[in-house]
Amino acid sequence: MALKVLVVVEAREGESLKKSSREALGLARRLAGEGEVIAVLAAARAGEVPGRLAAFGADRVLVAENARFANYSPGGFAAAAAAAAKAANPALILVGGTALGKDLTPRISARLGVPAATDIIGVELEGDKIFALRPAFGGKVQMKVSFKAAPPVLCLRSNVFDSLPENSGRSAKVESLALSLEEKDLALKITGAEKISGERPDVAESNIVVSGGRGMRDAASFKLLEQLAGALGAGIGASRAAVDSGWRPHGDQVGQTGKFVSPTLYVACGISGAVQHLAGMISSKVIVAINKDPDAPIFKVANYGLVGDVFEVVPAIVEELKKHS
Amino acid sequence: MNIYVCVKQVPDTEARIQIAEDGKSIETGEINFILNPFDEFAVEEALRTQEKLGGEVTVVSLGNENAAAAIRTAMAMGADKGLLLRTAEPADDPLLVARALAREIGGSGVDVVFFGKQAVGNEHGQVGILVAELLGIPGISEVSGLELSAESAKGKREIEGGSEFFECPLPAMFTTQKGLNEPRYPSLKGRMAAKKKPLEEKAVTLGESQLVVEKLNYPPQRERGRVIGQGAAAAGELVRLLREEAKVI
Ligand SMILES: Cc1cc2nc3c(=O)[nH]c(=O)nc-3n(C[C@H](O)[C@H](O)[C@H](O)COP(=O)(O)OP(=O)(O)OC[C@H]3O[C@@H](n4cnc5c(N)ncnc54)[C@H](O)[C@@H]3O)c2cc1C
Ligand SMILES: Nc1ncnc2c1ncn2[C@@H]1O[C@H](COP(=O)(O)O)[C@@H](O)[C@H]1O
Repeated sequence: MALKVLVVVEAREGESLKKSSREALGLARRLAGEGEVIAVLAAARAGEVPGRLAAFGADRVLVAENARFANYSPGGFAAAAAAAAKAANPALILVGGTALGKDLTPRISARLGVPAATDIIGVELEGDKIFALRPAFGGKVQMKVSFKAAPPVLCLRSNVFDSLPENSGRSAKVESLALSLEEKDLALKITGAEKISGERPDVAESNIVVSGGRGMRDAASFKLLEQLAGALGAGIGASRAAVDSGWRPHGDQVGQTGKFVSPTLYVACGISGAVQHLAGMISSKVIVAINKDPDAPIFKVANYGLVGDVFEVVPAIVEELKKHS
Repeated sequence: MNIYVCVKQVPDTEARIQIAEDGKSIETGEINFILNPFDEFAVEEALRTQEKLGGEVTVVSLGNENAAAAIRTAMAMGADKGLLLRTAEPADDPLLVARALAREIGGSGVDVVFFGKQAVGNEHGQVGILVAELLGIPGISEVSGLELSAESAKGKREIEGGSEFFECPLPAMFTTQKGLNEPRYPSLKGRMAAKKKPLEEKAVTLGESQLVVEKLNYPPQRERGRVIGQGAAAAGELVRLLREEAKVI
């Protein structure tokens, strides 16, 4: 088996290679077999990134350097991905499911006139036919799709695919990609960014998520969850009730109208387990629920349920974690 | 301002979803359909734009006759007129849907067009950006703050752990989501008025899907939940199980 796979990677200025890009490279490497994994990177300065891409599975790196790429440039990055696809002629294009990846995926689809599928949780090859699996209808069904034009663009759900262990002995051929950007590609400008959710990793990208709902009672009580998240190295999520009450930013909402997450461990604190919430977290590997109501629906899906008051249980868990660390 | 907003009629988020006999679609008989929740933000933003800058709001939906209900809801909220792009074909392929929408919107002298971030159901999260790309206009996804003038836009969009700021000239496309605004409820008066607003219908053909739904399956069943204890006293056991049994911490 030999498949040529193009991976559109993300490494924001001053940050290292995104975890979701490493996951996409890992999947690409496994699918490629004897074939080639090509990474395309749009950046102001590629710096150390091509070496990292090689270490995580890229055989060849196409770099589009442009001073305008210090911030995300939707048109510019899309032009780079499309140019890379034309230069490399891959059978498949993979994109990590970050905000940037989700924005870029349909742009690549439109520019190449090829189909794209988002929120992918599985990819299979049968001969040279590609099948992808994605949840639909709030996770109540899974949809298996195939493609009538190549290369299809697959945007992957974060935390589902394993990345390869870093191998700094691997190397990749690095080439620069010539781009002629059009006026319309640069009309939309990203002028800067602001961080709001502090020190914790983003909920959609975290391996462990600690989430709070209406049972947390107020914004200040999320301090408790921050302590728990700190002890676990987790990101913080929230139910819609907690977000609508103004206790957490909108970006933290997990569920059908928030984020879809698939962490290894999801800890639901004071969350009842409404279908719309489950839609966003039901594919987590292990679910823990802490709720004072033994009949709360969340207990039906929790691998480990603990009936009790979050204000007593959460500090006790933090203590336990400290004891053994 | 010539303002467009694209909306979709989707299954209620509470709906019990059953796979139909063909194994590729869902049973729609028992399902209650609603205006896509994300599209409520799009309609609201279109109306606020009109209130600030004047002009007209046109609501477009592509689908079978049921799609008209989404248009009526948007008109009940306050949109001026509706356009139903009627097709009997399944509209599962976002690129085909976007091409049909772009063909219609492209010739209209549009200034701003609003979409939801994604449609509940298929959950592609693609159509808005696809339309912007096909039209060759700036398209900004997941907008959480927007300031429009007659010629340009600036605002912010959500990214991991924060937001990023943007600027662009008009015409432009925005996909909307929670946090941007509080959608208004259609009033009784609005509902009555909506019945009299013009709703044009055009037949469209989508062509052959390149994104093919091969099969729908129910997700693997989770193990039945297990309660491991009560109160703070069970914290030690929980941590032990996570370490030794589940091996996730
Ligand atoms: C169109 C639509 C989209 C939606 N999208 C989403 C979405 O994306 N995400 C989402 O989360 N919801 C969504 N919802 C809302 C959803 O239906 C629920 O209303 C919401 O998830 C409830 O949040 P909650 O579990 O925090 O609150 P509640 O349902 O009020 O539950 C609070 C829980 O906390 C427990 N509790 C209270 N005090 C304590 C304590 N001291 N210790 C321990 N436990 C305690 C209670 O027993 C209860 O089970 C959506 C709804 C609609 C209609
Ligand atoms: N059939 C349709 N008719 C009109 N607008 C649509 C249609 N499908 C999707 N949209 C719009 O595109 C957005 C994203 O949809 P999707 O890419 O399918 O998740 C929705 O929130 C709507 O604003």
